[in-house]
Order: sequence, then structure tokens, then C-alpha cells
Amino acid sequence: MSTMAVGGGLTRSASFYDSVIGKKAVMAITGFILFGFVLVHMAGNLQVFLPVHANGVHPLDEYGAKLRAMPPLLWGARIVLLVAVILHFVAAIQLSLLNKRQARPQRYVKLAPIVSTYASRTMIWGGLVIFFYVIYHLLHLTIGARFVNPTFEEGHVYQNLVSGLQNPVVAIFYMIANIVLAIHLYHGIWSMFQSLGIAHPRYTPILKRVSAVLAWVIGIGFCSVPLAVLTGFVKMTGGNL
Amino acid sequence: MKLVLNIWRQKNQNSRGGMVRYELDGVNEHMSFLEMLDVLNEQLTEKGEDPVTFEHDCREGICGCCGFMINGVAHGPHRGTTVCQLHMRHFRDGEELWLEPWRAAAFPVLKDLLVDRAAFDRIIAAGGFISVNTGSAQDANTIAVQKHCAELAMDAAACIGCGACVAACPNASASLFVGAKISHLALLPQGQPERSRRALNMVAQMQQEVFGSCTNIGECEAVCPKGVKLENIARMNREYIKAAWAYREEAAAGGGG
Amino acid sequence: MNLDSRCPSGPIEQKWDKAKFEMKLVNPANKRKYSVIVVGSGLAGGAAAATLGELGYNVSCFCFQDSPRRAHSIAAQGGINAAKNYQNDGDSVFRLFYDTVKGGDFRAREANVYRLAEVSVHIIDQCVAQGVPFAREYGGVLANRSFGGAQVSRTFYARGQTGQQLLLGCYQALERQVGAGRVAMYYRHEMLDLVVIDGRARGIITRDLVSGKIAAYVADAVVLATGGYGNVFFLSTNAKGSNATAIWRAYKKGAGFGNPCFTQIHPTCIPVSGDYQSKLTLMSESLRNDGRIWVPKEKGDKRTPSQIPEAERDYYLERRYPSFGNLSPRDIASRAAKMVCDDGLGVGPTGLGVYLEFAEAIGRLGRTTIEERYGNLFEMYERITGEDPYSSPMRIFPAVHYTMGGLWVDYNLQSTIPGLFVLGEANFSDHGANRLGASALMQGLADGYFVIPYTLGHYLAGVKPGNLTPDDPEVLAAQRAVEDKTRQLLAIKGKRSVDSIHRELGKVLWEYCGMARNRAGLEHAIAKIPEIREEFWKNVNVTGENAEMNQALEKAGRVADFLELGELLCRDALIREESCGGHFREEYQTEEGEAVRNDDKFCHAAVWEYKGENQAPERHIEPLEFEYVHLAQRSYK
Repeated sequence: MSTMAVGGGLTRSASFYDSVIGKKAVMAITGFILFGFVLVHMAGNLQVFLPVHANGVHPLDEYGAKLRAMPPLLWGARIVLLVAVILHFVAAIQLSLLNKRQARPQRYVKLAPIVSTYASRTMIWGGLVIFFYVIYHLLHLTIGARFVNPTFEEGHVYQNLVSGLQNPVVAIFYMIANIVLAIHLYHGIWSMFQSLGIAHPRYTPILKRVSAVLAWVIGIGFCSVPLAVLTGFVKMTGGNL
Repeated sequence: MKLVLNIWRQKNQNSRGGMVRYELDGVNEHMSFLEMLDVLNEQLTEKGEDPVTFEHDCREGICGCCGFMINGVAHGPHRGTTVCQLHMRHFRDGEELWLEPWRAAAFPVLKDLLVDRAAFDRIIAAGGFISVNTGSAQDANTIAVQKHCAELAMDAAACIGCGACVAACPNASASLFVGAKISHLALLPQGQPERSRRALNMVAQMQQEVFGSCTNIGECEAVCPKGVKLENIARMNREYIKAAWAYREEAAAGGGG
Repeated sequence: MNLDSRCPSGPIEQKWDKAKFEMKLVNPANKRKYSVIVVGSGLAGGAAAATLGELGYNVSCFCFQDSPRRAHSIAAQGGINAAKNYQNDGDSVFRLFYDTVKGGDFRAREANVYRLAEVSVHIIDQCVAQGVPFAREYGGVLANRSFGGAQVSRTFYARGQTGQQLLLGCYQALERQVGAGRVAMYYRHEMLDLVVIDGRARGIITRDLVSGKIAAYVADAVVLATGGYGNVFFLSTNAKGSNATAIWRAYKKGAGFGNPCFTQIHPTCIPVSGDYQSKLTLMSESLRNDGRIWVPKEKGDKRTPSQIPEAERDYYLERRYPSFGNLSPRDIASRAAKMVCDDGLGVGPTGLGVYLEFAEAIGRLGRTTIEERYGNLFEMYERITGEDPYSSPMRIFPAVHYTMGGLWVDYNLQSTIPGLFVLGEANFSDHGANRLGASALMQGLADGYFVIPYTLGHYLAGVKPGNLTPDDPEVLAAQRAVEDKTRQLLAIKGKRSVDSIHRELGKVLWEYCGMARNRAGLEHAIAKIPEIREEFWKNVNVTGENAEMNQALEKAGRVADFLELGELLCRDALIREESCGGHFREEYQTEEGEAVRNDDKFCHAAVWEYKGENQAPERHIEPLEFEYVHLAQRSYK
């Protein structure tokens, strides 16, 4: 027989996290935070297409400088994101081990999905790709680790971005990773609501469509930057900074 | 018509199984899938071989006994149908079919296509009920139930406990089964007093049985022979999250003398 | 054989209250010392096990399926009757009692039927409290419909799945007791014999269907709720696993078998489509509320139904029974269908079918309303036949559906073996010679929830608890007998499958002891069945071994019992020289083909006593008296 899974304070949140539904709720909330970040980040990235200011400063650099000028906000956000990533990642790994290893130790000889989307079945794999991509991306364009990006110059956001993506291999990798991100979000966005218990036959279908649209927008939005660099639509403005 | 059947044969829970190939002739399109297997078993018996074991009882699609995978789909290709009601007219002459038991850690294979689903009973025993002893009920019409609530409760209560949802789920999750029962009872006024306890205990038991978690894939809903909706899983999540944070255990005061 | 009905004296409306008051009670602290075995977990058994567990008895419940939720009560579609009179249309306990006695063609015990009608109202209360999602009106109150020949709307329903919902309510109550540790549930355990010690039922022998282990369980009382024996006909609407083994073994241990020939043929089933047919599917009787039954007037009319004009159709039920029409009771509707098919007017590839058409109702109410009412049934019909009943009429034919006969019980539901109680369809029931629609669920739950808790307590209060262990020599002897029989079945290793012999038996019974019976046919069957039995014991092939899951062995044991029961069925039908309810003897009918009862000679329940291997069983009678509903010819004209 089961025992009641309730307690007070810390035990309560611990036992909530112990449950599969609790873990999924944590993934939904952290997923929501990460999704919010991705949207803002994309909006920031798209500034690459804006013309250079009269003073020769690119809006992207201006934006980067503004963010760096507010360390509490920047670091606050970074900590929240870091915690969100860790929780999202750990919960995903735990659930995935339960689902793939424990709950079905013997695989089917034949299994034919009939309605599910490719996105929904590959969340864990997409998630892992995104995870490693994010680490690479941080080393490449945020921290600028020498062994990843030798041309990196602290503070020169626009220049770093363009020079970093002029390497076709890197640009294509960025695009693939962002398509994977879009696929992840295609299922992830509406799924967050379902995991938190928000569903209604009238609104869920709309939500699914909105998710799909947002996923496309994010995918195209992010891919547009490496693509623009690769095709030469966006190029170095010259060493005017 | 003629069929090629690849059937999972497994002697008992502890032995390793494998696919065995059979050719079957003289299948009539008006036969049900199980009647087709009856014919195969009749032939195997005549040859002195062990007939294929599969669970079945009412053969009307309501008892929930039957079910196995046909070509990787729980209950086979026809939506909203259990295998006992699936008829051979949905198959082509000469078709090759693959029959496998439900696969989940919580549903061990007992023999061939037959699995043990007692985990479902234990989940119900953990809280899938309303505690009302015989004789203590008030007049039925003193409990008014909104018509649409009664209908939604009925939609959820239509579950036959066949286990197809678990079988089709890539995570072997029992969320649709558990969600359906939690929903059925949470939607009715009679179910309110135990609403929180029920959600907590049933979910805890589900986990103890080592079913996987729901990742909102939706295969369960697609194969459910009774059309139980994914919405019920969202309701379970809601009920559970609410209960996990808000439920207060009764004060541990001693009983009176 | 003692056939004292133990009905309390006094006016009928006070009998049950009086009985309840006069019954001995078991002290609450002593209840757990008494152990009770309940075999079967359907509406009757499940309700009994749950309720006895709630009361504090030490209960063990057995079912052969993988879960109590699979019991065949689940397949009941239409509804459950209760004398609530929520519709204010003149219903009452007395009317339900009256209708049931009359519907049963005056072959049931009045006091039992009255009690059934009386507790029917509590059943609905109980089920609603358990969360059974009955159909509702917009105002939130319960909806009702009229059903199966009743002239008041007293049937409560949950779409076309009433049996399922009631069973799940009962199953949940049972699982609650299992979870609380008050009921020990034995899944996949089949009862293979009854243990009788010093004339009292003291336990059962079971086979674990997974491991093959044969074991004994002992208790202070045994409750059988194992359903009916319709599968003796091979083709019936019963589940494939439904069997008579439990009651048959009890019969062979001394329990009287009441009215075996009272079998019910349900008029609205999907016709047989071929030799491979494994079972028949019922289409709910509720379809007759809006459907019209007809055949072409011309013999051998090969036109499609839509090509046959109105004037060339015979709506034979409406013609012969103008006041009840398509809603005539089951036995009458079934027989009428047989008559038109015998006259060569049947439809479909086999000529064994009649049309059930909804065109008129669709025209009158609109397709949406019909879809709301019967959508799931129409879908089921289409799934099975591949035909769309919205555009062309359904084809239906009668099929064996329910058995009114069963182990004889007294007012307390106790069989002729003290300590052996029989509930639900397994007993010879309150339905007399014919059961009305929506009454089976009612009886099962009445017996389980509201009767057995009192009467069993009364019995237990008179016996000492415990004092018997499974290693008692008499118990072990019973266990060995079962092991021997199992070995014997496995040793035959002949040529024929169990099913093929079961089919053969079924054909004989359907032909000679089905919807219409006559002396010559019954005598033929009584001669033929022992031959089939002999063939079985010589030439059956039960593959595999005992110590494993072995479905062939399970079936073989059941069919071996059917082969004996079938003969008793025919013997009972032969001696009952009258037509009543589901038992129609061709020799006893009016010129128009209506049944003729013989109240002077047969106003009684026939109870058969087993006399040993190769001995003719002995027939006893329990006379029936009708004080409140006066004996009259049933007329539905």
C-alpha cells in the first residue's frame, strides 16, 4: 500500500519533486522561464539586422553594453537561468531513465506511432543537443574561450558574432542546433500547460497551433542570423569600434 | 484470405520469448481477430502443439481483457476498437502481421500474448473509490449533478482498464488510466471529500508500480478503445499539484471515548 | 431434500423488515473471527465481498479473471430498474413486484420478488453515492427510461454501459476493502470443487490459473456468485469464460438445482455469420424503444430492405401485440422472430435474422437524437457487421442470454447445503421463467449489497468460527479428487479440441432445447448428449500440462461440466409439460402460437438432486403460491 505523500515545508517540496507529476511541473515552469529567455534573446539577436547608428556604434553593441551596465540584473537573470537549466536538465534525465530503462525494460519488436509528433518523441534527444549547443555557444560568443573562438574580443558583440559565424561549419552547426531547438519548443510550449494541468478542449488546440507558430518563429528568427552572415547579407562593418 | 502471423511465444514469466511465424489459410473477412486466432489454435491443437495464449472474455469490447500489439499498434489498426471487435475485413489477403504482448515493467508477460495487469487494481485500491459503506447513502436525487459534469465523468469512467494506453506510450506511462479515474471521481460532487487524498495516493501508487511519466505524447488517447481523452491527464496533474501543496492531513487528535 | 423456503409470515410488505429483525446478529468484535469465501466478483459477488468486508468479516474473494472488474456483469448495456417513481408515472414497489412476477410468468417466489422490488430503491442510492455516473437531466436529477416491456420509466442508465458502471462502482468498493486489508482477493483462481464437511459448506478447492497449483481454502461459509450457465449452448451472449463449474460442483455435492430449463433467449442479437463464430453479441434491448422490427411479407424476398415498400413489410410484433408492439417481453419477441424465420421469411445470408429499422425514428426525432441515444450501439453494430445501421436496418436474431435457473435457494439465499449461499444469476432467482429487461443488475446488487449481509450474519451467528484447516483429511480428499480429475483430462490426448466438442453440444441444445422444445426433440437430446460426453472423455485433446498457464485445460474442465448440465437441462424441459416464459413446449400453445401454462400441474419450482454417477437425478418440487399477484395468462396484446 502506498503512504500519503504529503508533509510540511521542505519535505513537502521534496516529496512533490519525488513524484513524476512534480518533476514534470518543475520542467514546465523552468521550461517556461527558458522559453521566455529564448524569446528575449532572439529579439536581441535580430538587432543584428538594424543599421549602424550615426556614431558608428552598432545597435547590438549598444544593447550588449546596456546589459553589462546593469550587473545585478544581468547576474540575477543568469542565476535564474542557470538554476532553471539545472532543474530542467536533471528532471529530464531522471524521468528519461525511468521511462526508457525502468518502465519498459524490454523493447517492442515492432512499434508504430500513430498520432504523436516527431517532436514529442524526441524531447530528450533534442534537449541534450540543445544542452551541449548552449555550452558551446556560451564558450563561443559569451565567454569567448580561446580554444573555441580565437577571434573573440570582449565587448564587441556584433564583430564577434559576425566573425564567429563566418566559418560555414560553425554557422551550419548553429542553424541545425536552432532547428532542434524549434522542434523541442514545438512540443514543449503547449506541453508545459498540459503538465501544469491547464487544458481545455476549446483552448488546447489553439494553444497547440500557437506553439507551432512560435516554434517556427524562433527557429527562423535564430537561423536567420547565421544564414545572413553566411550569405554575406550581414558583414563586418570595419574596425570602427 | 491468407495471412502470415509472427506471434510472440513465451512459456512463462521467467522464460525468454521470441517471435514464431505461422501461416494461416482460410481466414474469413467477417471473423473477428480473436476468432481468427481461434482457428489458428484449433489447427495447432490438431497438430498437438501448444495453442497461443491470449486474454479474452466478453468479446464485446467492454470487459477490457483482450489486447495486444498488432504491427506495433495497440489493439490494431482500427481506431476505437478492442482486438475482440476488430474484424478481418480491415486486413489484406497475404498480409504479414506481428503480434506482441503489451510491454511494460508493471505488466509482466505471463504467457505468450497475456500479461499481468494487477498493478491497475492496486492503483484503484490506493484511492480510486468513494468511501461509502453499503447502507449509508442518502436518497439518490438529493445529490444534484450538472448534466455536463455527469457526461464528462462518464467519458472518463468509460475506461475499460485494458492497458492499451500503457502499451502504446513510449514511456509506458499509466497516466491516462489513472487520470481517467481521478477525473471521473473529481468531476462528481460525491467525489469531493476524498479528492486530494485520492490524487495523492493514486499517483504515489502509480509510481510505485514503476509506470513511466507522461510527456504529453498522445499515443494513449489514439489507441484508447473507449476514446478517453488526454484532457484527463491534465486534470490529474492539476488535482495532484493542488493536492500536493494545499492538502492538510487531519489533526492527529485521538478519538473520543 | 429440504425445500423449506423459510419465508417469513405476515403481509408481504412487512416480510423483509420482520425477517431482518428476527435475524441473529454477530457481535462486532467477533465478526473478524468468521471467515467467508466469496466466489465470483461480478455485481453479486463483488457487492457481497465488499459489504461483508465493510462489516468486518474476514473475507476471501475469488475470480477466474485477471481482475474483479472483468466479471461479465460489465457487459450489461441497458440499465437497472428501481421503483423510485422519480417520474411520477405511477410506479411503486408493488408495481415493480407485480411486473416482475407477471413477467416471470408466475414461476418465482412472491416474497423474494417483493423484497427485490423493495431494496431496488436503495441500490440506486448506493450506486449514486459510489459515483456511478448515471444519466442526468439538465436540472441535475437522475434521468430514467422505459425499458424492455415496462409501462413506466423506472430504468436508470449510464449510456449503453450501465452494467460496466455499476460493476466499476462495486469493484471500487471491493478494491477499497482489499486496500484496507479486509478482503483478500484471489485473481486468476478458478473454483473447481466445494468442500462439504458434516453437511455444511466449509471451503473450496481452486486451481491457480497461472501456476496450475491446486489448493484448498476453508471458511465458515461459502458464497457462490458465479453467474449463469448460458455457455452450455456454446454460442451465447455470455463471456467466453462464463461457466457453470462452481454451481455444478456444488450441485454434485448436494445443492439442489432449480429450474435448469428456464433459459432466456434475448431477441436482439447480431446474427451468426459463420462456423467460426465464437460468441454472439447483444444489441441492447433499448433499441426496441425506437426501432421497428419487420420481415418481408413475401417468402424468399431477395430485395434490399430499402427496396421493399411499406405495404410489403410485416411488422409482426406490432401486428400481433398491438399494445406492447416492439416492446413485448423478451421471450415473446424471441419466439415471434423464430416463427417468422421458420416460415421462411427470415432475412440475411443465413435466413436467420429479422430487420430492426430506425428510419422512422430518424425521420421523427432526427439523426442527432438517435445518435445520442444509441450512438455506441450503432458503432458496435457497424464494427461487427461492416454495415451502417443509420442507412440500412440492422439484422438481429435471438440468442441465449441469461439463465433464470440455477442453484435453489431459500428466502435467505441459502442453498440446500447449509452454509452455502448463492447470489445473482447463479441462483434460481427471482425472475421465474423469464427475466424482464434491466432486472438482472438489480437482482445481483440486491443480493450482494442488501440481502446477504443480513442472512449470512444470521447463519454465522449460529456456528462456531474457525476449527477447520486446509490440511483436514476431508479437505485433502476433496483436493486430491480435483487433482485426479485434472490429470485425467490431460491424459486423454485424443484428436479433438475442447471447442469442437463444446460446439457439438451447443448445436444439440440449441436445436432441441432452445427457443422451442418438444418431447421427441428433448428425448433425442437426452440420448445424444451422453454420446458426446463419451466422445469427450475418449477423444479430447487437452494440450500442455497442469503446472502452467493452460487455457485448454481451463476450457476442458468447464466443458466437462456443461456436458453433464446440458443433459439435466433437457430432462427438466422434458418433464415440464407446459409453456411458460423462456420455456416453450410446442405441444402446449394456443392456435395463435401463444404459450399455455399449466398451473394445476406445474405451479412450482423443480429442484433436482444429484444421485451419483450414472444415476438419474431426482426431481423435487417447491410449490409456489400466489397471494398478491393472481395467476393469469400473460397477455401483451
